[in-house]
Amino acid sequence: MQRTLSQKVWDNHLVREEAGSPSLIYIDLHLVHEVTSPQAFSGLRARGIKVRRPDLTVATTDHSIPTSDRSLPILDPIARNQVEQLAKNCQEFGIPHYGVHSEHQGIVHVIGPELGFTQPGMTVVCGDSHTATHGAFGALAFGIGTSEVENVLATQCLLQRPSKTFKVNVDGVLKPGVTAKDIILAFCAKVGVGGATATVLEYTGSAIRSLSMEGRMTVCNMSIEAGARAGLIAPDDTTFEYLHGRPFAPKGADWDAAVARWKQLPTDEGATFDREVSIDGDTLEPMITWGTNPGMGVSINGAVPDPSGIADALERENVVKALQYMGLEAGKPIAGRPVNVVFIGSCTNSRISDLRAAAAVLKGRKVNPNVRVMVVPGSMEVKRQAIAEGLPEVFREAGCDYREPGCSMCIAMNGDQLQPGEYSVSTSNRNFEGRQGKGGRTFLASPLTAAATALTGVVTDVRTIL
Amino acid sequence: MTPFVPFESRVVPMPNNNIDTDQIIPARFLKTTSKEGLDKNLFCDWRYNADGGEKADFILNTPRGKGAAVLLAGDNFGCGSSREHAPWALTQFGFRAVISTSFADIFKQNAMKNSLIPIVVSPEISAKLFALPEDAKVHVDLASQTLTLPDGTKVEYPVDSFSKTCMIEGIDELGWILKQAPAIEAYEATRTSTLNTLAD
Repeated sequence: MQRTLSQKVWDNHLVREEAGSPSLIYIDLHLVHEVTSPQAFSGLRARGIKVRRPDLTVATTDHSIPTSDRSLPILDPIARNQVEQLAKNCQEFGIPHYGVHSEHQGIVHVIGPELGFTQPGMTVVCGDSHTATHGAFGALAFGIGTSEVENVLATQCLLQRPSKTFKVNVDGVLKPGVTAKDIILAFCAKVGVGGATATVLEYTGSAIRSLSMEGRMTVCNMSIEAGARAGLIAPDDTTFEYLHGRPFAPKGADWDAAVARWKQLPTDEGATFDREVSIDGDTLEPMITWGTNPGMGVSINGAVPDPSGIADALERENVVKALQYMGLEAGKPIAGRPVNVVFIGSCTNSRISDLRAAAAVLKGRKVNPNVRVMVVPGSMEVKRQAIAEGLPEVFREAGCDYREPGCSMCIAMNGDQLQPGEYSVSTSNRNFEGRQGKGGRTFLASPLTAAATALTGVVTDVRTIL
Repeated sequence: MTPFVPFESRVVPMPNNNIDTDQIIPARFLKTTSKEGLDKNLFCDWRYNADGGEKADFILNTPRGKGAAVLLAGDNFGCGSSREHAPWALTQFGFRAVISTSFADIFKQNAMKNSLIPIVVSPEISAKLFALPEDAKVHVDLASQTLTLPDGTKVEYPVDSFSKTCMIEGIDELGWILKQAPAIEAYEATRTSTLNTLAD
């Protein structure tokens, strides 16, 4: 029988299968961070059990930590306690931990790939919904809750049911100014925030194949924003080139054997999906969200929707509520809206190529004095590479606040946040009410759109200033 | 987990679609290392004014919102993050079931692990429930997977049999998985690892 990529990965990890019950599947890589793990470690302690495979478990600290000077103590005592708790738990249970002062610290979904932990054909889990990021390598990667974190720590296994498969085909050549972020925002706008619920996506087509690994990670990262469990891209030479030589990638003969196995993973010719949609890469425009979920998006030259045209009463009411929260008028263009903050960072868009893209727009220019611009690299490795390329100077000379690695204002747990009523253009992944700070209002967009907006102080199509 | 017992309750309506986990429990409350004390910040930004006072018109601050065990929400409840703090906050507040036409996947999994029953109903039944008078009660049974409306209408809802058994008997999944150790060992013996764990 012809199988899809995700079905092959699933089949390779079946530990136990029984009709009528969920399957027991084995997890190759468990990524751990400070926010969703403490209660799981407490659970292990209460039962008196160890971590089954600390060698397949990796921890980092990213959500709760300040992005200011790392030599200073964490001032928030609750955050400090959580960060210290992770360090203690990792020490007690023998888990490698890239903590606050590690040279490999970074956002969990940035460091997994860059250190070579994330590999094709793996099952990857983390107590974080953006684990879908790792699907860019052809891994079956998904977010889990804390009970499941405990299950995986204890047994390296999870009880799961196979998901429905959903193919997202993007053919064509992206126009200048259009990026991976625009592909995924277009997909979310097309199917809606719950449109892919409980499915596993596979992104295919020439526009996907042409993306770099970092672009692919941006696409897969936001699979969850349409409700998908995971989003995968078949591994190819781009994948292998990215992985080769990374610290935790196989070496020598092991590498050759691994590549031979990985080449078996792509979806078989003739395999069928439960559902398929297409996005035209040739005509895609830069995308931006206007509302309070990632499915509420339009092209940068589009208009805020008019709820009066929506037939379903509850849906209409939702758009009315979103417009009210966002302080937007129905039918008006989104471009030209003034913003207070621009945030460039997050597990969606904080990798070196994202920083390069933003820096190329900002170089030799000054950000609008009314806008606070934060640039937060995804990891210490990204930070080092940025220094090697002179990017921090570009950002600082343009007037940006260039900070230390972490999740920062994507989730606003660490003090990096919007003030009530403020608007941001953000390269992150969620525009839910209050996501970037209580009362804050978020427009999600690409690093190019964010950088262009930083210069003008209003939502700007990057193509107008290139 | 405590074994599930059928119950009767009034319904707390929250007619919003796509109620996300950042509304259920905002991220700034996830710095805790405990599961406890989350109920006071359930729906925090909808529930309190900037000065910490209750917003009088928010449902959980009205008599109807207190002491009920069933939350009735619009489509796609629980979308967003994987935080299990969401079902922890809901159950600590007193909810034992959430009714919606659909649930976000991770939320649904997390809910069942905390004996919070995600009850999926059709748009027609959902509309009927939203139209119920304030003091009307529904009956929730898990063994028969039925939600009984005040007029006697019985609505069957889906629950996978494994989760159902766990909730009815009060068994947690981990206990079951731990018993699968021989199968796990057998799998590990055949598994090819590509992780170069000899790296620094």
